[in-house]
Amino acid sequence: MAKTLGLTGNEAVAYAIMQINPDVMAAYPITPQTALVQKFADFLADGDVDTEMILVESEHSAMSATVGASAAGARAMTATAANGLALMWEIVYIAASNRLPIVMPVINRALSAPINILCDHSDTMGCRDTGWIQIYSENAQEAYENTIQAVRIAEHPDVLLPAMVTQDGFIISHGMEDVTILEKEQVQKFVGEYKPHYPLLDPEHPVSYGPIDFHDFYFEHKKPQVDAMENAKQVILDVGREFSKLSGREYGFFDAYRMEDAEIVAIMMSSTAGTTRPVVDELRRQGIKAGLLKLRVFRPFPAEEIVAALQGKKAVAILDRAISFGAQGGALFSEVCSALYNAGQRIPVINFLYGLGGRPAEIENIQEVYQKLQRIVQTGKVDNLINYLNLRE
Amino acid sequence: MPGLKELSKRKELLSSGHRMCPGCAAPVIIRQVLLSTTTNVVVGNATGCLEVSTSIFPYTSWRCSWIHNAFENAASTVSGVETAYRALKKRGRLDADYRFIAVAGDGGTYDIGLQALSGALERGHKMLYICYDNEAYMNTGIQRSSSTPLGAHTTTTPAGKVIPGKREFAKDLTGIVAAHNIPYLAQASPSHWRDLTNKVAKALEADGPSFLNIISPCPPGWRYPQHLTIKMARLAVETCFWPLYEVENGVWKINHMPKEKKPLDEWTKQQGRFSHLYEPKNKHILEKTQAEVDRRWEELQRRAS
Repeated sequence: MAKTLGLTGNEAVAYAIMQINPDVMAAYPITPQTALVQKFADFLADGDVDTEMILVESEHSAMSATVGASAAGARAMTATAANGLALMWEIVYIAASNRLPIVMPVINRALSAPINILCDHSDTMGCRDTGWIQIYSENAQEAYENTIQAVRIAEHPDVLLPAMVTQDGFIISHGMEDVTILEKEQVQKFVGEYKPHYPLLDPEHPVSYGPIDFHDFYFEHKKPQVDAMENAKQVILDVGREFSKLSGREYGFFDAYRMEDAEIVAIMMSSTAGTTRPVVDELRRQGIKAGLLKLRVFRPFPAEEIVAALQGKKAVAILDRAISFGAQGGALFSEVCSALYNAGQRIPVINFLYGLGGRPAEIENIQEVYQKLQRIVQTGKVDNLINYLNLRE
Repeated sequence: MPGLKELSKRKELLSSGHRMCPGCAAPVIIRQVLLSTTTNVVVGNATGCLEVSTSIFPYTSWRCSWIHNAFENAASTVSGVETAYRALKKRGRLDADYRFIAVAGDGGTYDIGLQALSGALERGHKMLYICYDNEAYMNTGIQRSSSTPLGAHTTTTPAGKVIPGKREFAKDLTGIVAAHNIPYLAQASPSHWRDLTNKVAKALEADGPSFLNIISPCPPGWRYPQHLTIKMARLAVETCFWPLYEVENGVWKINHMPKEKKPLDEWTKQQGRFSHLYEPKNKHILEKTQAEVDRRWEELQRRAS
């Protein structure tokens, strides 16, 4: 039977990894991921899990060892945040290109400089083109359940791509919530035994991983990664459906909250959605048709599904918790705009950059987003395409 | 260890047809290493000459499982492979026995891979790490590394009108590894194949990490004729520039005492990378190098006494 415990986001994911019981887990400490690995180390010390842990000397080595373990034929995981993810970036790209189904929780934290340990999404947004599946979690419950699902998604033969599962640093990672935890046996059964493809450790079939690949083949090796990412869409939906039978919660590409008849919509990822729901509810009480689209899966980007969900809306705000310097707004904004344009949808859109370095996104900040959307609907004009929320001018 | 006749009957795990330069010592070293193994092996290879020349897709020269990840992480990558092995063995999902060998050049070991190496040695993974030391970044075009000897011409320390080549002595990597107190480490040379293969056998049986630093003469980088590679390796040993020694459970032992320690000049004068040092104004650099070789040799003898 499932049980409900008071857990932080870090602890919830540590529970998930304990229940998955991977063959190998490599890790290096970085705030705010530390509590996750510490909790997992407790499970290990108490015999709740018998994973082989490698406590490496850097995140670069954490990802390198995870790549080695995964290529060897093990179910392998690691976890990181911010600068740690930046340090392992070179190997993050290699992991995906070698088609290794590694699962990595990332506790979203701002990148330096200046150094800052609090939440934003600049770390995972910075590696959005590395070929990893990216699943963003709103709360500890989702972080727990996304981690379990990610194993099945990554290891699916049509996919074979690594997956990162994020949660907002401190806001979720260190905030305690009621989290419903499945039985270990349920999780074990759900993830199943890992059957590696082309492991190094197969005496009858030695393999070469990571050869040099020139103009004559490199491109042909990239296209299947594109195809695998496309395949991941169906797998994400199938795995979400199967998991919902265990948890009772629905998991698709996004959560469409009061969207059906909504006229003004905000799109965002992760914990800010939790702040936004009561704002939507209040607006609805006032007779304003507000909706929220909380994106769960950023890679692969569900463009068609988002366009369908935005059909007929009068104005849309896209909230980015990371800056893409020199770009036309944040990465999520660019993706949504591109999807709408290609579908021939000319809905007025605005971008809000917010929450950098842990800057709070409070109820009144979210209210401001919807007020701006109302003005756009009233005037038919977008004054400022790119806006900064809760920023001192 | 078996003799040459027996070794020659063993299956070669590095096939012919790779694209290493004629006269390169690295494939000679790797063949000596792999012929010394008797179980399944996985080789982890840092980016470098050996890696790019043996794995040009769609071909591979490796008959054993082989993984190249990146430049600086051969040690951490093989850490992961070795840990996966222990995990799968423990969980009853693998029967076969394996040994693990990481291979990198001096760039991938002395410089960019030093942190990963140190971490892996401290963690105690049962793996053999081999540095084939050709004393510069040969793969990228002969740039200086921290293994390049004093005075050597490289493309980033060219012998010019004002600056006569590299201005620093090489780092004592073998000494740095010894400071990790691992069960077994040694210096070896392909010119002394019996010593080298014995060391590989010992290293693979060590209960923990082991390390071999192997001198790897490079015809284009050192600028000598291709057929002199083994002679260059032998002279490095006989001049005591590259002494053959081992440190087994903390005990230092010199494995080869040259009957007569040759002057370093016998080695340097045959290599184009040192030719500018024979101009009168640069003679002092050769003298300085000889003095440093003497000092390090004395120190090694003290440690091994």
